[in-house]
Amino acid sequence: MSLPDDYLKYPHRRHGMDHDLYPWSNLFNRQPVTWPGDKSVALWITVALEFFPLTPNEGPFRAPGHMVTPYPDYRTYTTRDYGNRVGVFRIMKVLDALGVKASTPMSAKIAERYPALLDAVQKRGWEIIAHGIDMNKIHYGGMDKGEEAQQIEDALVMLEKSTGKKPTGWFSPARSESENTLKLLAEHGISYVCDWVNDDMPYGMTTEAGPIVAMPHTMELDDRHLMVTLGQNEDTYREQILAAFDLLRTEGKTYGGRILHLSLTPYVIGQPFRIHALKAVLEEIMESGDVWSATPGEILDLWQSQK
Amino acid sequence: MKYDPGLYDYWPYENRPKIVWPGGKKVAFWVAPNIEFYELNPPANPQRKSWPRPYPDITPYSYRDHGNRVGHWRLMEMMDEFGVRGSISLSVAMCQHHPEIIEACAARKWEFFSHGIYNTRYIYGMDRDQEQAILTDSIKTVEAATGQRIRGYLAPALTHTEHTIDLLAENDFWYSCDLFQDDQPQPLKTKSSKKLVSMPYSLEVNDHYAFNVYGQSARQYADLLKRQFDTLLEEGVDSGTVMCIPLHAYLIGRAHRMGPFREVLDYITGHKQDVWVTTAAEIAEFYLANCYDDALTSINAAQKKAS
Repeated sequence: MSLPDDYLKYPHRRHGMDHDLYPWSNLFNRQPVTWPGDKSVALWITVALEFFPLTPNEGPFRAPGHMVTPYPDYRTYTTRDYGNRVGVFRIMKVLDALGVKASTPMSAKIAERYPALLDAVQKRGWEIIAHGIDMNKIHYGGMDKGEEAQQIEDALVMLEKSTGKKPTGWFSPARSESENTLKLLAEHGISYVCDWVNDDMPYGMTTEAGPIVAMPHTMELDDRHLMVTLGQNEDTYREQILAAFDLLRTEGKTYGGRILHLSLTPYVIGQPFRIHALKAVLEEIMESGDVWSATPGEILDLWQSQK
Repeated sequence: MKYDPGLYDYWPYENRPKIVWPGGKKVAFWVAPNIEFYELNPPANPQRKSWPRPYPDITPYSYRDHGNRVGHWRLMEMMDEFGVRGSISLSVAMCQHHPEIIEACAARKWEFFSHGIYNTRYIYGMDRDQEQAILTDSIKTVEAATGQRIRGYLAPALTHTEHTIDLLAENDFWYSCDLFQDDQPQPLKTKSSKKLVSMPYSLEVNDHYAFNVYGQSARQYADLLKRQFDTLLEEGVDSGTVMCIPLHAYLIGRAHRMGPFREVLDYITGHKQDVWVTTAAEIAEFYLANCYDDALTSINAAQKKAS
């Protein structure tokens, strides 16, 4: 038994990355950034508002959180819906009380189907990040380029029509991209993308259609990742977010402003037994006085102006 | 195929010859940062897929890339603080991709051992010559980058063939981290006349298992490491034990995990009287010179008794 000769050839074994999407860079050797009021940490909150159709997609995989049982999977559909009807309003209440800004990766279908929810979002000035058409319309390696371009176009047009404004940020459903996604996003005037989890700060990416910035939209501190995928409880969630804040705050004093990103999922953190954890976390973070609560657009603008 | 690996004889954990580490220490403590490079579009191995989704599967890829941009630098600084040198489980292509990291480690006199070329190139299915080529590449690459002759091995992604352990001995490796049958080093049986030691590495206290298999929090992981140490220290009074903490900067180097992990290094290195803070190669070298022959005699006696 042996493997083909090519298996021991390494065509991309060279200095830097094995692709041309972005250069390697050491976080601790970069130009420091200063946030308003000289705060150590920018607090960036995303509240995912996703539409999971009862008829899940065919194709290579389903988005995490999608239907599980044979049709009709009422249990999953309604559990997700709970987040968009109830959980999100619980989150809003916590954020409102503390004056914390937020943003939302939003399925275009949410904006279209639930004007009351969109209204609640817009009234609060949350920044809307394009999050595809719905959770069926994933982007994946090998997909038809024309089909993908259409998906992006449709999502952006639908969102603009519903919200009155074209989003400047993008978060791919299921955090999945094809080999063409970044280029297509740049072509469509998107200035930042939230899919990449390799940094704690924004960094520049290059595409054939021009630059795009990767924003540090975390997975490790995502409520769904910690409490659903890994099965942790909300006390552990709270403890870890605060530990992250402590470290970022310390680094912020030496290396320039850092970003604490909290990825919130209304059907997870918005449960009655979990919401206290969000409240406790945000109260403690805001009380520190060392935080700049901001939208991703504001963070990006400031970061770009200081590069 | 073999009914058992045939790489070592059964050897009960009682009544073994007493190991006393240099300076009368009871636990040999080493830290193994896995410094890995994963490819975005690796070639297919017939027995294992690198990424679950169609390529480019950017989420798991960028998740791991975080270590080389962010986590490594945090971890290295913390290890410096406690005077712990790493024994690096190295994807040797890192010498080409990120020599900046290799140079920083070499300057600290950290040890390098081979963890294959990339952690997306698996050994499954290789013939003997192909597997030999991986070892030759590893030895030459690390020697060219650092001047160090590597003495240890951990197969990339723990993928092996029946030749792996023989080849290590033939190529003048001193130790293998591939086998998890013990908390003490011991001789391995190979076709070569050269000596090879099985080095305790422990998957159970590997940060990957703790965080992403068992779903533990940063605090739980820190607590389990302290308990692991307490037990190995207690047992080390009778005969010296080895404690390894296998790490991945993309896991332990996250903002929420560094604080709790700091307490672990503080705790273990604080037992100055009892702990030999060292590297895997130093443990192997000492063991080969002082313990190997006694162990072999004891193992052979145990076999005779059994038969």
